[in-house]
Amino acid sequence: MSSSKRSTIIVEQLRKQQMLEALLRGKRLDGRNFDSYRDLEIEIGIIDKASGSARVKLGNTEVIAGIKVETGEPFEGLENKGALIMSAEVLPTASSHVEPGPPDEEAIELSRVVDRGVRESKMLDLDKLSLIPGKIVYTIFVDCSIINSDGNLLDATSYAVVAALLTCKLPVFVVQDDKVVNTGDFMPPPITTIPISVTAVKIGDSVLLDPTMEEEACMDARLTITTQSDGDFVALQKGYAGPFAISQILQSAEIARNKGEEIRSRMKGLNKTG
Amino acid sequence: MNELTLIDEHGKRSDGRGIDDLRPIKITVGVIKNADGSAFIEFGKNKIIVAVYGPREVHPKHMALPDRCVLRCRYHMSPFSTDTRKNPAPSRREVEISKVIRESLEPSLILSDYPRAVIDVFVEVLQADGGSRCAGIIAASVALADAGINMRDLVSACAAGRLGDNIVLDINDLEDKEGDADMPVAYLPNIEQITLLQLDGKLSTSQFNECLNKAIQGCKLVYEIQKEALMKKYFGNELELKEEVV
Repeated sequence: MSSSKRSTIIVEQLRKQQMLEALLRGKRLDGRNFDSYRDLEIEIGIIDKASGSARVKLGNTEVIAGIKVETGEPFEGLENKGALIMSAEVLPTASSHVEPGPPDEEAIELSRVVDRGVRESKMLDLDKLSLIPGKIVYTIFVDCSIINSDGNLLDATSYAVVAALLTCKLPVFVVQDDKVVNTGDFMPPPITTIPISVTAVKIGDSVLLDPTMEEEACMDARLTITTQSDGDFVALQKGYAGPFAISQILQSAEIARNKGEEIRSRMKGLNKTG
Repeated sequence: MNELTLIDEHGKRSDGRGIDDLRPIKITVGVIKNADGSAFIEFGKNKIIVAVYGPREVHPKHMALPDRCVLRCRYHMSPFSTDTRKNPAPSRREVEISKVIRESLEPSLILSDYPRAVIDVFVEVLQADGGSRCAGIIAASVALADAGINMRDLVSACAAGRLGDNIVLDINDLEDKEGDADMPVAYLPNIEQITLLQLDGKLSTSQFNECLNKAIQGCKLVYEIQKEALMKKYFGNELELKEEVV
């Protein structure tokens, strides 16, 4: 059951008024332009026990993604494809508004939207991750932990997942006498494209990228747009109760494509430096 | 067989340490912006991040105590923290460890200073390497100090154990699985009180005494590192200035 609710983060009336006035002057409270992101830090290989891992800091938002690889049965209807399973947990460390427990609807939406970008873009060529067709395939778990939350968890989590997948090393399994054996070798993942999500929010009549927690508490609506390497759109998700005008959506799509390319070039650099 | 692989003829352990050596420990204070107090500890290959929120209002309200503060503690392992993926749902082991961590911290805090409130301690294991409960306690106590909670002493923790005939300090993952005994201890060094004591394995009376003493010695070493980490955050610049003057 999902019911409408008040934002858990309470922004004082004065502060909200201040924000709206600043937006009318074309500025945000932290001084950014509408289309600028906060500082993005990407660190890879931080968990030795994971096949791939990344820590992303987007301003004060901090997310860790880790990849574990096992073998298992394929999903029904996808017998010849590797299985990709994604989860995200907003840890209670992340802010004073989070309580421990099973993921709530926001956390579930978060992992599903991030998953959608990776899956729909076919970033990983899952056809190459089948071992015994119909019986045993690679199972790739991508788990995300949100350590500190200051808005735009969608993009931060998505970047952590993409960075971890790009730089992971998959164990090489082979089939011997109908049994799957771990050779002890590693191979790079079969990457076909790099999906990048860009999230815009609407506050009043302004559309801003990369909202802080304070901005999210004041937003009317949110739109996440994921593009892949050739600039095509692969996933969209509109969130929150307010509407977007068509022109705002078209404008956001254009921005998402350009901004996505900028962030994608950062991702491409990871394998070289890492 | 075990002794041969865990300690060689030169008294070196599987990871190259001597029997009285701790793994390298690094503590960073104030790593989570939103938290009232926080700490990150690298203890060998353990990587654990701890956040403290509070004292704050209790939810649900009926949990509030009229004369003191409620301390709540969650120990949780990330799915990617172990060799085979850990199911993110809390296991029975995590429930027990959450409890012993809380009980090891509680005596250090002056909870009667915050009646009807709650202090939440969240211990998240990002990578586990044996001894994660001790490392969690060490970081949690530092995070509580960082949050400015009134306390009698820092809680320091360290395990000792037995590999064959040898009593060794600070059991690692392999020694935990293959060794003969593992005894985690938490200790308040200034008021000389033990707040956590567990044992897995078999020890004779003399081995027990030796093990306990060794663990306490370990706690005292760890205590210095905890103090240093706090000093670095709160007096970092002054310390550097002093060094420059010298």
